[in-house]
Amino acid sequence: MLPNIPELVIFLVLAVIAVAAALGMLASSNAIYSALFLVVNFGVVATFYLLLGAPFIAMAQVTVYAGAIMVLFLFVIMLLGAEQMKPTSHNLLWQKPLSIVLIILLLSISFYVVLGQGVSTGSDLMQNTSGYGSPSAIGTLLFQKYLFPFEATSILLLAAMVGAVVLTGVRKQRRRIRKSRRL
Amino acid sequence: MSQVRKLETTLDELKTLFSDKAQTGETMVLNLGPQHPSTHGVLRLILELDGEEVVRCVPDVGFLHTGIEKNMEAKTYLKALVMTDRMDYLNNLGNNLTYCLAIEKLCNIEVPKRAQVIRVICAELQRIASHLVWLGTSAMDLNASSVLIYCFRDRENLLDIFEMIGGQRMMTSYIRPGGVWRDVPDEFVPAVNRFLDYLPEKLADYERMLTRNPLFMRRTIDIGIIDPSDAVERGMTGSSLRGSGINYDVRRAMPYSGYDEYDFDVPLEDGCDVYARYRVRMREFHESMRIIKQALDKLEPGPVITDDRKYSPPPRSELGNSMEAVIHHFKYWTEGFSAPKGEVYVATESPRGELGCCLVGDGSPKPGRVHFRTPSFHNLQSLSFMSEGYLVADLVAMIGSIDIVLGDVDR
Amino acid sequence: MIGIVIEALIKSALIAFVLLTAFAYLTFAERKIAALMQVRKGPNRVGPWGLLQPAADGIKLIFKEEVMPAGADKVLFFLAPILTMIPAIVIVAVIPLGPDVELFGRTIRLGITDLNVGLLYILAIASVAVYGIVLAGWSSANKYALLGGLRASAQMISYEIALGLSIIGPIMLAGTLSLQGIVQAQQSSTWYVLWQPLGAMIFLIAGLAELNRAPFDMPEAEQELTAGYFTEYSGMKFSLFFMGEYIKMVAVSAIATTLFFGGYLGPFVDKLPWLGILYFAIKTVGFLFLMIWIRLTLPRLRYDQLMAFGWKVLLPLALFNVVITAVVIVFVG
Repeated sequence: MLPNIPELVIFLVLAVIAVAAALGMLASSNAIYSALFLVVNFGVVATFYLLLGAPFIAMAQVTVYAGAIMVLFLFVIMLLGAEQMKPTSHNLLWQKPLSIVLIILLLSISFYVVLGQGVSTGSDLMQNTSGYGSPSAIGTLLFQKYLFPFEATSILLLAAMVGAVVLTGVRKQRRRIRKSRRL
Repeated sequence: MSQVRKLETTLDELKTLFSDKAQTGETMVLNLGPQHPSTHGVLRLILELDGEEVVRCVPDVGFLHTGIEKNMEAKTYLKALVMTDRMDYLNNLGNNLTYCLAIEKLCNIEVPKRAQVIRVICAELQRIASHLVWLGTSAMDLNASSVLIYCFRDRENLLDIFEMIGGQRMMTSYIRPGGVWRDVPDEFVPAVNRFLDYLPEKLADYERMLTRNPLFMRRTIDIGIIDPSDAVERGMTGSSLRGSGINYDVRRAMPYSGYDEYDFDVPLEDGCDVYARYRVRMREFHESMRIIKQALDKLEPGPVITDDRKYSPPPRSELGNSMEAVIHHFKYWTEGFSAPKGEVYVATESPRGELGCCLVGDGSPKPGRVHFRTPSFHNLQSLSFMSEGYLVADLVAMIGSIDIVLGDVDR
Repeated sequence: MIGIVIEALIKSALIAFVLLTAFAYLTFAERKIAALMQVRKGPNRVGPWGLLQPAADGIKLIFKEEVMPAGADKVLFFLAPILTMIPAIVIVAVIPLGPDVELFGRTIRLGITDLNVGLLYILAIASVAVYGIVLAGWSSANKYALLGGLRASAQMISYEIALGLSIIGPIMLAGTLSLQGIVQAQQSSTWYVLWQPLGAMIFLIAGLAELNRAPFDMPEAEQELTAGYFTEYSGMKFSLFFMGEYIKMVAVSAIATTLFFGGYLGPFVDKLPWLGILYFAIKTVGFLFLMIWIRLTLPRLRYDQLMAFGWKVLLPLALFNVVITAVVIVFVG
């Protein structure tokens, strides 16, 4: 079964943008630009989800990743004034050859998998699970089948939040001491 | 005279103002002003910020330096009076008064009773006008924009009254050595009474908008704390000092123009913060109105300027039939009057604090030296101390709360 | 297929036109209302009652010189106003303006589209709307602008959570994420503001914070940061920021109307569907007036107080609201 032509064209265009954005993120020497390329990438991935008929995941992707997380990234970069990357220091030089090796490894594995199994268009997969991306379907899955992992994640996040609160609390205390000394 | 110090500051000198962190970029040095919406004129503050927390605040003054003090030495006593209007442009009549009191003390001039009462009315009306500008602008600093417009609307009534008595809205030069320029017109008393009826209602409105407003209270309570001892050390005076609970009011401490005959309270608050200073000034509105009411009762017919022809011009009616009057008139308006040798210091309570005038007479018709001890300048000294450890937004509230006028700081 | 595309194009163009006009006259209305509240006259020179003032302002801004600061990042400095403007307009796409109407023999939906994840779409767009402001602050090479950008990013993230939680109430009551569905659900019950007063309040407060409107206008606090993130902007780029802000005001008002005040519902709407647009407009204008009124009345919060308010007051309240709503729905039905 052939995929329909407009969808394929859209997919190809988006794929090019996604790869270009990913490369741009890696190549850019300015951290702000890197972050923005990543936002573009997230946006394209969200569109992929839309094409796959999963609007809920698409919107969640934009809200959480492109919206909240990347804004925090930008916030931190701007706050620290760390836009420009420092020239690579000597003890990181060994990373370059290693990364090349790893990339080759990754590419060969993907090629092996893709060629070994043949290209699946995904359409038959979609037909089997029509409406699998709707909000209610995801809600049902999350709160019934995957209830335990879901709750475990929330506890993990809670722990992280408490940790953050404790860390900033310590800082505030120090500030108060400094102030009382002044008075 | 010793070598005049080079005025430009070198970079190395500037570096000593900040911590080492500023040089490594760990903290940010921000130049707030001289052109900035909330510096009340042309105040420049060089801030060292850690995030938005003020680590160090260095006020840089002098952008409105007009050389008034030095210029006054080149003019006769009377002509120099005009310049005092332009120092603290929200306390024009008060500046006149201080300078005239100094001349009167130097030359031993007796001021008629009616003139003294008119002076008190003028000074207190001026205090209300100045406080209205303060209330409007300091509320505006917290973005309560409507209060600004309301206060300026109310102040307009006062400016009309000043125009009525002096012919000018702001730079009246109405108070003259020996008394006041001329008697108040007939409409004056009704106009003041109308204003006294009008203002309390409006003030109640502003109190409703601000005093119990949770947002306003959050922005002002415990902000810009300055302990009484620190405030005194830094020469703070006026409402800002009384907000730290210290009872010092020149009208009580060194009464002038018959202030000792009036019944009024000196409002005190012991919060030491922006809110306390706000409360003090809001209560001072009412005290000023009390004083004005008493003064209006005391207003009895009589001369409004001394009849010592050496220090006051002869009335126009005398010029036609008295040769002596013509001579006095000519001498008074050309050469001016000479003050004896000597040095005097006189202080008044301006809306901002103790406004002092040190006048040195050298026997000539021109002052040997005039120096003003201006409250804004001394109050500004406390700003850098006050603001450390607070946020930039608090700093803005603090600038509003010490009510500086840059014309008063720089002269 | 072609018909649908043409219909969508016409509707999009119309709505964009309406929004831009609304922006122009919203600035005018704000100035007039401010003037009336502050015993002034307001703009009254250009045209009758000053009605052409927005046009005059627009022409002036177009012909103003565009100044690019020396140290600015040119690409982002140029992109930032556009990135502020686009989300403001596209967010309106999912808001239903009225019931379906018959026109030229076709059934036409009043409103561009109706997504089954409409509310999530709004949240998603709202969450990326901050980029323009943050990048403007960073690319201007100005410390005030940078502080404004930092404030904006922190503020938006904080209030988005409360905003997101506050709209869960209507979602649970209506059982759908589609805005059309939520409006129709309010036809059978009543306006959701009666069931969700707390949610509506939280939505309004968080919405004001999302809009950077007073008393939450930290990123552009004149008194502290001169003009915040757009300190260095001039001419048309500057007006794009304003356009973005005011169109967002319209959008938030429209969303509040849809979620809590019955959207286009009102008497006789079932018989005269076009009336829906009128009701919708009236309710939206009411919210806009409320926003202007608040701005003219209240002092501004301080930055850290704003954050504390968002995290320590609004967020727990919103969570509480969600829990109560859930409990009531489960036990009362």
